[in-house]
Order: sequence, then C-alpha cells, then structure tokens
Amino acid sequence: MELTRRSFLKVSGASIGTVLTGGLGFDLKPAMARVQDLKISNAKAVKSICPYCSVSCGVVIYSLTDGAMNVKPRVIHVEGNPDDPVNRGTLCPKGATLKDFINAPNRLKKPLYRPAGSKEWKEISWEEALDRIARLIKDTRDRTLIEKDEQGRIVNRMESMVWVEGSTIANEEGYLWVKMGVALGTVLRETQARI
Amino acid sequence: MATVTTEGTVGLGLRRVSASKSPDQNIKKSDQLAILVDISSCIGCKGCEAACSQWHDLKPPLFAEEKVFTGYQSGPGLAPSLFMFMRFQEAETEKGLTWFITKYQCMHCSDPGCLKACPSPGAVIQYSNGIVDFDHSKCIGCKFCLSGCPFDVPRYDANNKPWKCNFCVDRVSAGLEPMCVKTCPTNALHFGTKEEMLIRANQLLQGLKKRGFDKAVIYDPPGVGGTGYIYLLPHGDKPEMYGLPKEASISPLISLWKGPVKLIGSVVLWGTLLGAFLQLILFGPIKVGKKHKKEE
Repeated sequence: MELTRRSFLKVSGASIGTVLTGGLGFDLKPAMARVQDLKISNAKAVKSICPYCSVSCGVVIYSLTDGAMNVKPRVIHVEGNPDDPVNRGTLCPKGATLKDFINAPNRLKKPLYRPAGSKEWKEISWEEALDRIARLIKDTRDRTLIEKDEQGRIVNRMESMVWVEGSTIANEEGYLWVKMGVALGTVLRETQARI
Repeated sequence: MATVTTEGTVGLGLRRVSASKSPDQNIKKSDQLAILVDISSCIGCKGCEAACSQWHDLKPPLFAEEKVFTGYQSGPGLAPSLFMFMRFQEAETEKGLTWFITKYQCMHCSDPGCLKACPSPGAVIQYSNGIVDFDHSKCIGCKFCLSGCPFDVPRYDANNKPWKCNFCVDRVSAGLEPMCVKTCPTNALHFGTKEEMLIRANQLLQGLKKRGFDKAVIYDPPGVGGTGYIYLLPHGDKPEMYGLPKEASISPLISLWKGPVKLIGSVVLWGTLLGAFLQLILFGPIKVGKKHKKEE
C-alpha cells in the first residue's frame, strides 16, 4: 500500500480526534484523595485547666517543637480534655479561644507593681513580688492576729485577710492552700472553683 | 493552603469528582457521616464558631461599625475566613417571641450542587464518606460553585478561590470528631454515621413533640439527596426563619448547562473544526484572489 500525503493526513487527523475525545478509554486522573495531615499529629499534648471561670474545664494544649534547648515551644491548638469529668471535651467560646489568649501580644507575663501614690506600673521579678507578698502577709498577721477572744479562750484568728483560691487550682493544691490558710489563722476562706 | 490534593495514593476514597466520571466506581464503601444539630438544645453560645476558627487558624473579620447591625451575630454572614457562623433571628410564633438560632455552614449535600456546577476536573471532590471538599490547586476561580449551591455557602478570597467548611476532614480521617461537635457544651451537636444520626434525630423529635412542639421536623432536604448536616427544627413550619431554604434544590440552569447545552456546544465546536478540516483536504483552501478577479 502506497501512503500518499492525503491519506496520511486523513489517518493522523482521525487518530488525533479519537485521542482528544477520550476514545481510548484511559482515565489518567487519580482515584483516591490524600487528605491534609492532622496539624496536631506531631504536637506535644499537655493537660491543663482553663483559667477563666469557676467551672474549671480541662483542656489539652498542643505545642510544636521537640523541646530542644534552642527553641521555644509554640502553642498551635487548645481543645477540651475528653478525660476531664468536668467538661468531657467540651469548651465554651472563651475556652475554645485559649490559643489566642496564650499567644496574645499584650498578655501579662511578669508581675507589675504600682507603689502607693504612683501613676506608673513597673515590672518586677517574681522573687521580688513573692517576697513582698510574704512580707505583707506576715506584717498584717503580726499586727492583727487575735490570740484570745473576750472570754479568754485561745482562738488565733486573723479577720483582716480573705484567703481566696483561683479556679485553676486542682484538688491537691487546694488541700495545701486550705492548710496554709488555716495555719495563718484566716477565717474567710473561699475558692472560685465552687459549683 | 490547599486542604486536599487528589495526587497520591493513600487516603480516603472518592465518591464523586467535579467534571469527571465517578473516580473509583464506588468500590470502597464507607459509612456516610453526618452531624445532627439539635436546635432545641442549642443556647447560642457560639462555642462551635470559635472552635472552628481556632482549628482552621482563621482570623474572621471583626464587626465593623459602619456595617448593618446584625444583632447577636458575629457578622452579617459567612466570609472566606469564617467557615461557619451562628445565625440569630427573632419572630412571633404561637409560643410567643421566639429566638431562631441556626448553626450555618456548608451542608455537605449527598448530591452537591457545587460539584455539579464545577467545570474544573478535581476542584470539587466528594469523599466516600460523603464529605464535600475543595482542592484549591485545581480551582480555576470561576465562581460557578456559588451559583450551584442551594445554601449560598462558598465565599471567595482575593484570588477567587472558594472557602467553606470541610467537615474537619483532616480530623475525621484521623479518627477524631469535627471541632464544632467536640466543643459543644450543651450536647446540641451529635456526630456519627448518617443512619445513627437519623435514629437519634427521630428519638429527639418524639421528645420535642411530647413537649408541645407539634411542628418540629428533621431537616434533611431530599432535593439535594439529603445533607451531611441534619437539623432538628423545633419550629419546622418556618425553616426560612432559620435561614434554611424550604425546599433546597440545585438550580435547573446547572443541569441544563452541564447537560444538553454542553453537549450541543461540543458538537458545534468539534463539527466546525471537522468541517474546516474536511473542506481543506477535500476541496483545498479557498482562493480569495479568484473571486476578486471575477468581480473585476
């Protein structure tokens, strides 16, 4: 068979048309989809308690990096702790946005001190702050401790101070907190974590 | 950020892919997943909205003062950086002044209008578990998905790429529940297979009816083949007050456009090309010069 220019063009045109209309029956598209990786799959999970209200929901804080010396872990996600009997994994909108609270640029990270009569807050170290708190507690107690009541019975009570525990303080820490308050002689003991 | 890619061989099976044939011919069967939204238990705390934005690393636009006041809502509606929001409306019913609260996001239809309308192969995909997702690497930014959507869901960023709820497909395929369901403090959101969710919805519906909500219904519109989000509406006679269409269906223009019009268009296109080719090889090129000579 002699291949003329005309028949060559006819055959090639027909083949191109067949391929273009998908006549060969091949589908080159993949059959499966790969889903985006779970962003917390390599994160370190740390259990904590939401600081906002007295419900004290349990949360899991996910942070990245392997904890090497030269890097600072970065919190990427916070969600409810399903093992916590208080909330069993649920969180309200305030608790659900704890990531933004942790990473907020104007979050307080150091104690601030404003001396009496001053307009300015100044940053002080934790040691300085704790020393000052301890000093004031001691001074107040020394000044106002009631050792004996009107009938002469030993009471050792301090009515000038209220002893309040925050909502993030768990059972064991709360026990120590109460012991400390009793030792100091406070009468007005209260916790925010009451339901 | 492309949330999914159809490249690769591991992952979820696909049920449908836009502008393509059924990809795996439904060999792999997974359970159809669903979220049941029990509106009667919802207190409108917007925890789901906050948790959704946190998981997807979104910073939704803040409410602007010059915009129309939207009451208790976070904003006027969905945004490219707000995949779901709580919708609040008030109206008088036979039970007095009623607050209509809805969790509003992509409904994950079994028969998705966005997927039908999409002309780009693989830009809209439906996994074998029923989740509908967008693949931004394949999207051409034509905005047809919004015209196909009966619920007015996709929102476009500056590059005309659509954004919507993806049912936390990364969490779901890793065995976790979607973020909104996990965070809901009042147990108004339930997650499981669609079968289980319908059974639970029916139980809750009986309870609602006993409490005097005679018109309560399960919102699972058949016009889109059922949805991945099932709603239990206490005032089922007024779904539009919840912001949900009474009879959700895909615009008939979409099927017309993707069916007969597309066929006629391709016939006309290929016919013209074939005719021109046949003209060339049978009669040769038309010589313009001869005509001019005749006129002279």
